[in-house]
Amino acid sequence: MSTAANAERAGRPLVPRAHSLCAVLRKVLGRLLGRLSRKRLLVPFRERAAPAKIAVKSVGHTYRGRGQVVALENVNLDIHHGQMVCLLGPSGCGKSTLLYALAGTVEPSGGHVTIDGKEVKGPGPDRLLMFQDHALFPWLTVRQNIVFALRARGLDRRECERRAHEYIHLVQLDGFERSLPHQLSGGMRQRASLARALSMDPAVLLMDEPFGALDAQTRGQMHNLLQRIWMRQRKTVVFVTHDIREALVLGDRVVVMAGRPGRILWDLEVRLERPRDPDDERLVTLSRQIRTALREAQAQSRPMAGAGGEGRENAEELDGAGSGSSLDGGAAAGGVPHPAGAHLGAGG
Amino acid sequence: MLRGFLHLADDGRLLKAVARSLGRLLQGYGISVLIGVPLGIATARLRPLRLTVKPIVMGLQSLPSICWLPLAILWFGLSESAILFVVVMGSLLSIAISTEDGVSSIQPQLLQVAGTLGIRGPRFYGGVLVPAALPGIVTGLKLGWSFAWRALMAGELLFVSGGLGQLLVTARELLDVAQVMAVMVAIVAIGVVMDRILFQAVEVRVRRRWGLEAP
Repeated sequence: MSTAANAERAGRPLVPRAHSLCAVLRKVLGRLLGRLSRKRLLVPFRERAAPAKIAVKSVGHTYRGRGQVVALENVNLDIHHGQMVCLLGPSGCGKSTLLYALAGTVEPSGGHVTIDGKEVKGPGPDRLLMFQDHALFPWLTVRQNIVFALRARGLDRRECERRAHEYIHLVQLDGFERSLPHQLSGGMRQRASLARALSMDPAVLLMDEPFGALDAQTRGQMHNLLQRIWMRQRKTVVFVTHDIREALVLGDRVVVMAGRPGRILWDLEVRLERPRDPDDERLVTLSRQIRTALREAQAQSRPMAGAGGEGRENAEELDGAGSGSSLDGGAAAGGVPHPAGAHLGAGG
Repeated sequence: MLRGFLHLADDGRLLKAVARSLGRLLQGYGISVLIGVPLGIATARLRPLRLTVKPIVMGLQSLPSICWLPLAILWFGLSESAILFVVVMGSLLSIAISTEDGVSSIQPQLLQVAGTLGIRGPRFYGGVLVPAALPGIVTGLKLGWSFAWRALMAGELLFVSGGLGQLLVTARELLDVAQVMAVMVAIVAIGVVMDRILFQAVEVRVRRRWGLEAP
């Protein structure tokens, strides 16, 4: 560095050799660092001393219907302020139930969920739930959707308009303010829905496979957008997905869950710099690691599961998902009734 | 027939009768809407009402509205109220049923998102529930209108007290076929204008805006 500076000061052009030397050094160093850190890209999440933003303490939930379905059993999870946590698991593993317990739309049959130390009882203005379906009001334009939601919070009209404008710009929907939801593409609708959610400025954003119904390309764009916004605003986000790659792209932490009964298998911290690229070699490797580990875990639990048929069915499902990175395989694995109704059941 | 029509129109009887009938219709229909829409929403939203009121409403729906006339005459006497009662009973039920249908077929996600966005109380009912159910409600209003129109005509025919129905009866008593047909044409014309032009236009506009129909 200093030689280059001296050379410049002396009025001579930079020696090309110095350039290439620097580049080689950087490459070697980078590769060394990469190799060193590769093993540490995914580490078990270590509990922090700081009080948790969201605390889930020994939460269990059983759906009563024809035969009891244990959706969650003794789940403990601390989520800290500003974290983006992905709940990852096959359908029927209780990840959505856990999310709805955080949202307050499902009251767990056991345990406690607290946010900032206060027990969750019903939906509240500090948490906002986003669905796979955009759930925009179909009779209102994009701008009106945002303004209407903000007006319900008691903001004055000018402030609402200002925020609507700001967030429409943030999700790159400029020029579509006056469009009705049915006039937009799937990705644009989901962006409008995201804008509406963010404009409410919730402390916690809860997302239930919000990009599950989008095509792969659009989903990639949404991941980029969400990462950029998150890097700027650092909201606490809990994101439910069955897509390993998606979880790794988005999450600071990936909480891997398994079903029957719904429980947490691993709580992993992802140490990749942002914004992350889904085709990043390291990310692809990590995704393969998780899939392999899941298959092993599945194989181990099979003999213990007793009802062998069920276990095999699940393992096949995971194997079948080898080409993509989906845990779902499209088939509905569990008999767990979905808390939000049939709409959410359809996997990507 | 044309002569009969011109004759009726000329001496102002037709106009007077139309005005009288439409006045009654508007009154009866207005009452039906004011009761029917809230009743439909309440039956859709409240479980006890759904279990008790809905079967009654569905059952009464199969009763032709003119069958209410004897009861109406016993209760209200030979008065304006009796015929209004028949009109109301004719349209109220179909409005309530369509509204109930519209409300219960709202996407559950829309209601859930309203909850998580913190939209409650009057803002919820006026800003979310009614607009979301509006396609169903408009269909109910259209149905209710045509039922009200039929009920009114039947009532006016049987229970004579002015209006187009009475004009029809008078014409029959005078054996004036031209006049009978002229009044019938007038009745059809009013029905078509209201139904096709007014309600159809509103319905199509609502369905387009809601994205239920390609523009």
